Amino acid sequence: MLSPQAEILILAAIVAVACGLPGVFLVLRRMSLMSDAISHSILLGIVLAFFIIRDVSSPFLIIGAALVGVLTVILTELLKKTGKMKEDASIGLVFPALFSIGVILISKFAGNVHIDSDAVLLGEIGLAPFNRLLINGIDLGPVSWWIMGSVLLLNLIFIIVFYKELKLATFDSALAVSLGFSPAIIHYALMALVSITAVGAFDSVGSILVVALIIAPPSAAFLLTSRLHSMIYVSALIGIISSVSGFYLARIFDASIAGSMAMMSGIFFLAALLFAPGSGLIAKLITHRNRRYEFALSMLAVHLLAHEGTRKETEENTFTNSLIHMRWPKRFAEKVISKSVKEGLIVDDGKLLRLTDFGRSTARKVMTL
Amino acid sequence: MAKKRMAVNVEDLTVAYNEKPVLWDIDMAVPKGILLAVVGPNGAGKSTLIKTILGLIKPAAGTVEIFGASYKQQQHLVGYVPQRGSVDWDFPTNALDVVMMGLYGKLGWLRRPGKEEKKLAMEALEKVGMSHFAHRQISQLSGGQQQRVFLARALVQDAMVYFMDEPFVGVDATTEKAIITLLQDLRKRGKTVIVVHHDLETLKSYYDWAMLLNVRRIALGPVKKVITPKNLEQTYGGRAPFLAAKSQND
Repeated sequence: MLSPQAEILILAAIVAVACGLPGVFLVLRRMSLMSDAISHSILLGIVLAFFIIRDVSSPFLIIGAALVGVLTVILTELLKKTGKMKEDASIGLVFPALFSIGVILISKFAGNVHIDSDAVLLGEIGLAPFNRLLINGIDLGPVSWWIMGSVLLLNLIFIIVFYKELKLATFDSALAVSLGFSPAIIHYALMALVSITAVGAFDSVGSILVVALIIAPPSAAFLLTSRLHSMIYVSALIGIISSVSGFYLARIFDASIAGSMAMMSGIFFLAALLFAPGSGLIAKLITHRNRRYEFALSMLAVHLLAHEGTRKETEENTFTNSLIHMRWPKRFAEKVISKSVKEGLIVDDGKLLRLTDFGRSTARKVMTL
Repeated sequence: MAKKRMAVNVEDLTVAYNEKPVLWDIDMAVPKGILLAVVGPNGAGKSTLIKTILGLIKPAAGTVEIFGASYKQQQHLVGYVPQRGSVDWDFPTNALDVVMMGLYGKLGWLRRPGKEEKKLAMEALEKVGMSHFAHRQISQLSGGQQQRVFLARALVQDAMVYFMDEPFVGVDATTEKAIITLLQDLRKRGKTVIVVHHDLETLKSYYDWAMLLNVRRIALGPVKKVITPKNLEQTYGGRAPFLAAKSQND
């Protein structure tokens, strides 16, 4: 028997990976915000399905949610197509409308049923081990394992089977059509999957945090990888690490588990943004700094060459002048000069800055560029 | 000429966005084995024409035939190079992979590309002088290199008719020369190549046929016959054609 803690950890990892799989394609299709919309409007689907079936635990609620999820996408697209609304406004208009209808229906007709709005927004993964799947008295673990496990499996199968089609439709939907594929089918299937994933996951992490797990790990993976398949693997890995570390963070601070998981996914994204090799902000900053010095070094060499041997040399080719002429701050000028000396471009005899042979040839090379 | 021998035959094609016509009653019979430029001012409907022929836009009226049958039936005979700006070049993939996408149509749903496809894609990259960049992430390629990758993707389709939407936009002179040599080579091998083109100055040296378009079809035929001052005036309105060409190259 696993401890409740281990059960929660496993569930958290399953949820994170299940969310990240469709998330990769949402991020690449620039539709990340659609996950926010869908994760809210599915409430209406759940409520409507509940009115028909009258059973809170029925799997048909998931189908209702998926249908309303796709409806959200269709309505958004219709609104955008009128040409009067941009996409962001269309999303912002559609999902609160559907969500609010769901909220009103619950408060009016289903007040005594256990679908409360706190659970919808935040979920409670800590309670998962209490709701167990028992078949013939055999304990098969938490029910949510089976729900999210199925969702994960469904997402996996869809992406493995339609990998080529998903890639083509996401990268170049015009080519996909001209080659006889239907990007529209892929598009709505993906949206249905996002809805199913959101509905499965909101029980555990709530509808808002589900969005974090759909967007943050794929976004981090996008910064770290250069191939689609590696983006999927890395995104899954970041999802797992976020959920596990989030769980322990929550234990340490006695805080919300789902909240900590989502926060960790954000922190990992931030880390990727800062430290991604080559494309990260810090790598960019270092390149920029190096380039600035490189440019300053050649500027100094060119300046010295231009005035070398002229009457003005004693006036121009000095440290003070480099401050005035190049408009460099004092500390920067000092660094540039010491770097130039170090690289053998110039010699500083205390009065004059003199070019070396290497410095002269460097300056000439720069000028011919 | 018998209808069947036409590579592309468009009849009475009308396309409208929100009841506003962008293409009016276009007839377009393109014989096999020619290199055709579609020219006209901005908003003339050049891209729309190609996209409608390829089934990307539904026409309000009219028919399209490729070698005597509907596009759906003949789609395996058609290669397409969209505008370079129509895709997101930050997509996590490399040049080789993009070229292989040209073979997805032949594979159909579900079948995965394998060694054979990789080989064909490498050969196509070789033809456009890009084999060294096969494994380069596409965002790291220059505009001209990206256009070559797109061209290789069309070559790998081994089609009979090629449609290219502004392949010369934003490419360097070397790439432009390489592309036009390749297109002329395709025509020599009996393929039909239809190109949305902007530069009127290069029209005569690059192409053997031209279609002048401005919502309506102004003229279609051998370049020398259709590029007349009167036709240009009709296509570009009051503006002198060289000015029109210039402003579009900016």
